[in-house]
Amino acid sequence: MSDRILQDQEFQLPVSRVFIAATLLAALLLDWLPWQGIWLTFRPDFVALVLLYWCMHKPYHVGISVAWTVGILADVADASLFGQHALAYSVLAFSGIVFYRRVLMFNLHQQTLQIFPLFLLAYTVYAMVHWQLHGNISWKYFIGSVVSSLLWAPMTILLQALRRPRAAPNQT
Amino acid sequence: MEQNQPLRFFNRGPSPAVRLVFFALLSLLLLFVDVRYRYLESIRSGLSGLVHPLQRLVTTPSKLWHEVDDFFSAHNSLIRDNAALLRQHTLDGAQLLQLEVLKGENQHLRKLLMVQQRADYPMQLAEIIYVERDIFNRKILLDKGTQANVLAGQIVMDDSGIVGQVTRVYPWMSEVTLITDKDHSVPVQVLRNGLRAVVFGAGDAGNKLALRYMPNSADIQNGDVLVTSGIDGTYPPGLPVAKIIHVERDPTYPFARILCAPIGGVDKRRQLLILSTLLKFPERPEGVEAATDNSKNGKRRGQ
Repeated sequence: MSDRILQDQEFQLPVSRVFIAATLLAALLLDWLPWQGIWLTFRPDFVALVLLYWCMHKPYHVGISVAWTVGILADVADASLFGQHALAYSVLAFSGIVFYRRVLMFNLHQQTLQIFPLFLLAYTVYAMVHWQLHGNISWKYFIGSVVSSLLWAPMTILLQALRRPRAAPNQT
Repeated sequence: MEQNQPLRFFNRGPSPAVRLVFFALLSLLLLFVDVRYRYLESIRSGLSGLVHPLQRLVTTPSKLWHEVDDFFSAHNSLIRDNAALLRQHTLDGAQLLQLEVLKGENQHLRKLLMVQQRADYPMQLAEIIYVERDIFNRKILLDKGTQANVLAGQIVMDDSGIVGQVTRVYPWMSEVTLITDKDHSVPVQVLRNGLRAVVFGAGDAGNKLALRYMPNSADIQNGDVLVTSGIDGTYPPGLPVAKIIHVERDPTYPFARILCAPIGGVDKRRQLLILSTLLKFPERPEGVEAATDNSKNGKRRGQ
């Protein structure tokens, strides 16, 4: 499976803007599910995952501006301060665009390790803003970055599978 | 100048670094404006009109599940509940009769003493539609907003005690900060001896409240009930808030460490009550009572 994914070069898999928007919307909806208690602590940031995926695989389609816009929507939904998610997602998208050549050289397992610092950075940005404004930090919050990185491989496989044209099953 | 640049076949616009700086500055500016001023509320409520239908959509499966669950709840438990409720209703009814008498008497006495009348607080029922998924905040969204005349600053409670305070109002929903939120404070009195204090959300300690800045010698015991003092003019007096569950008096610290558990079902209920009127302050000077009332006006909002 991972061999096949490595063979999927960027230009071999066409993607429409509608599909990108649909995946981002789905990720937002997943984030907005009524997570509570222990599940909230372990909730991965689906939006960050999908954003990073597109920034890595289609850096010229999805960039910092898209990340920022999605971040603003997340801010409104969360009743967090305007720009808090937006800032974190912008930094995440930037790191994705800078590192995509390097990260995509690895296979999926190694990618997970490469992705983790990027998520940690985005989570840190969010937590720093909160710390600056409210003066307290909850360390449990960072568990989400670990879970998000662990979901990187399944998410990549899923999105690649959705992008692959169905009509040509025998093509390698 | 152009010759020094590497050849660029496609114009991709400004480089990622430039974009990052631009958007980061934009975010920081928005953050600053949002924290310092309240200019962005209209934009926020506009965008919320776009976002909240989706949020509602997302919560429908769990809501459906609850409804189906309700539908199939056993016949026996319904009968049992009904009987218990009926009994409770009879008891409450008797007490309510006494309350009416006492209320009339109190009103009469207050009139005799020339003290300001206590207002009645009309309330409306609202349903929780969404619980914030941010572990930093303890907030919930209710399904009543400006269309139902909800105002920011109103109190939210359930049948047993205070749950929180409305902090932001949208057209069809309102945002409630729970009393367990770290930044939220409620002025209280100990029911047993009338000691005044302010209770804060404990934040990371989970679903708890903390009484800060109480001296070691303060007369507080386990099991003491805290009720709102009403001194701030925002919370009506006498509503139960929390119960002391842990008192730690360490002489090395100037203040005792006191933890309380909320009495209201802060994270249990689905329906909550919004107290509909904010206390009307008496006209500026006039009498002595009015002046003292105003000067004791404590911290009004938790934000």
